[in-house]
Amino acid sequence: MAGAALAIVAVALAFTGPHLVHLYDTTVAPCATNGDCPTATAAFLRTDRTLRTWLGILVLVLPGIIGVFWGAPLVARELEDGTYRLAWTQSVTRTRWLAVKLGVVGAASVAVTGLLSLAVTWWASPLDHAAANRFGTFGQRDLVPLAYALFAFMLGVTIGALLRRTLPAMAITLVAFVAVRLFATSWLRPRLLAPTQLTHALDPNRTGLGSSVSGLSGLLRGHLPAANLQPEPPDIPGAWIYSTRIVDGRGHALTSQVVKADCPALAELNGPHPSGSRVAGPVPEEARQGLANCVTKVGATYHELVTYQPASRYWTFQWYETAIFLAAALILAGAGLWVVRRRLP
Amino acid sequence: MNDERIRGEAPGRVQGAPTRDGQSAGGSAVLRADGLGKRYGRRWALSDCTLTIPAGHVVGLVGPNGAGKTTLLQLAVGLVAPTAGTVTVLGGRPAEGPAQLARVGFVAQDTPTYAGLSIADHLRFGARLNHRWDGDAARRRIEQLGLDPRQRAGKLSGGQRAQLALTLAVAKRPELLILDEPVASLDPLARREFLANLLEVAADQRVSVVLSSHLVADLDRVCDYVVVLATSRVQVAGTIETLLATHFRLTGTGRGEPPADQQIIEAHRTARTSTFVVRADAAPGDPAWTVEPVTLEEVVLAYMKQAHGAGDERAARAEARA
Repeated sequence: MAGAALAIVAVALAFTGPHLVHLYDTTVAPCATNGDCPTATAAFLRTDRTLRTWLGILVLVLPGIIGVFWGAPLVARELEDGTYRLAWTQSVTRTRWLAVKLGVVGAASVAVTGLLSLAVTWWASPLDHAAANRFGTFGQRDLVPLAYALFAFMLGVTIGALLRRTLPAMAITLVAFVAVRLFATSWLRPRLLAPTQLTHALDPNRTGLGSSVSGLSGLLRGHLPAANLQPEPPDIPGAWIYSTRIVDGRGHALTSQVVKADCPALAELNGPHPSGSRVAGPVPEEARQGLANCVTKVGATYHELVTYQPASRYWTFQWYETAIFLAAALILAGAGLWVVRRRLP
Repeated sequence: MNDERIRGEAPGRVQGAPTRDGQSAGGSAVLRADGLGKRYGRRWALSDCTLTIPAGHVVGLVGPNGAGKTTLLQLAVGLVAPTAGTVTVLGGRPAEGPAQLARVGFVAQDTPTYAGLSIADHLRFGARLNHRWDGDAARRRIEQLGLDPRQRAGKLSGGQRAQLALTLAVAKRPELLILDEPVASLDPLARREFLANLLEVAADQRVSVVLSSHLVADLDRVCDYVVVLATSRVQVAGTIETLLATHFRLTGTGRGEPPADQQIIEAHRTARTSTFVVRADAAPGDPAWTVEPVTLEEVVLAYMKQAHGAGDERAARAEARA
């Protein structure tokens, strides 16, 4: 069944893939000579956007599906149906029995996920290249999905052996896998490598004024914080940007009080619109000039600090995260073997 | 080597003589338990079980539900590990390795099979997991039973499933076949067929058999050796022949006690008469008593009742102390 589903995906990709390559070669590749790169790229990225999204989701959820449907029932169903009494009284020790199962089904999990990831990575490569945001599709491409799949499978097996019931094991496996993935993505991954920092002077053309609500408490208080200068995200192709901040020489962030003190004229701009309407009209020329002056003034003591991971580290991150999940999968396999050998039934 | 040890421990005993603790001299033991116990949580499913089952018999393990039969057999095949004591099967530790596993065939209670797999799948499963697998014999047996190899195990009747489970256990060519209540859920016809089949296998392959049941009638049909297990202790063990030759029913008038060399297993007294089931090496010659032979079922029931009474007494004493 998994093979059939994979075949369907492969056929769909084989039909649309060459068209994407052709489109890239005729629109995005010559855009520098044509001088229409932003529009050409944007138009190209609209091609097969839904398919690209769904393929990404498929690669993201496949490891979870494997953990829930192949991993969790592997031992739990034997215990639930009582067939362990048949399986474990043949001329093979139960440790070996489980080791072989882990090897065969684990290899199948890696193979299925690997083929899907390979196909999707190949298919989406023109789009990914144009999007220049490799870290944005980190978990959906290349190597890491394989490690997620093996991890999810071993997680399911071990939870199943501990709970001894199929349905609860499937549910807990899903919850645990999602929790681990979220933790790894949002907490662990940013800490794998120390980020690079880049500083440059404030650019009046790339710095705006705004206020952002930070966190739930700000939202609950119901009012926007005072306006501050906000730099546009820098254009570093393929980089994973942690933050873009305005800081002084000692690393202190620019506060709205400083902005107010340096640029008293801006306070009016920030006030409520006289008509009460929030429709953004063209920015008046004097306002723009005022902001530019302000940026220049603030820029005397403050500069822009970009914290990021350069695109060149993409594969280092892929290998690190793959290694971490494979190691976790091995530990879980050992735990599963121990449970089956020592704790059951 | 094994023979030596057993003979050394119990010198001078006649083979097959019934004993209280199940220690039987002579021949090699297929199963030896010594102080064996298994606890689940706070409940002891089997405690302080000491018993020896000699080789070359079809042994019936009989006892009431909850006596620990299933636990004892699962300990013997290594599905569960003992909490206390030791158990050796064919001289080895249960499920110690592939060689030990290959020597013991097991048909578990309710004869579990994979509902989604066909009979042919089960035979392939057996071939892959047993190095001594006899595929021809297995296929022949399925054919003789009139089963379609493409049939899914989930669609088989209880009797057919039991036959499939027996086929799997036999085709690995074990030295000892252990069956846990194999016919408990079968209708009388399937039960008779299964047991007849089992006897055939035991005779053909010269394999020792231990099967548990709570029905004495089943055992009477196929076994030649009986172990009565109640309140997780062996009450009596021996060949059926010996058990019947050494147990008698005595009926006498009045409330007198039978001769002192008779061991009373069960006593039933009314105002006018007293009836005893006793054990003795020979029929008592006292003319005051009417001596009658007993059936296997009567012997087994007498021991089970005795154990039950003893259990009640023990419980009462424990309560009195508390």
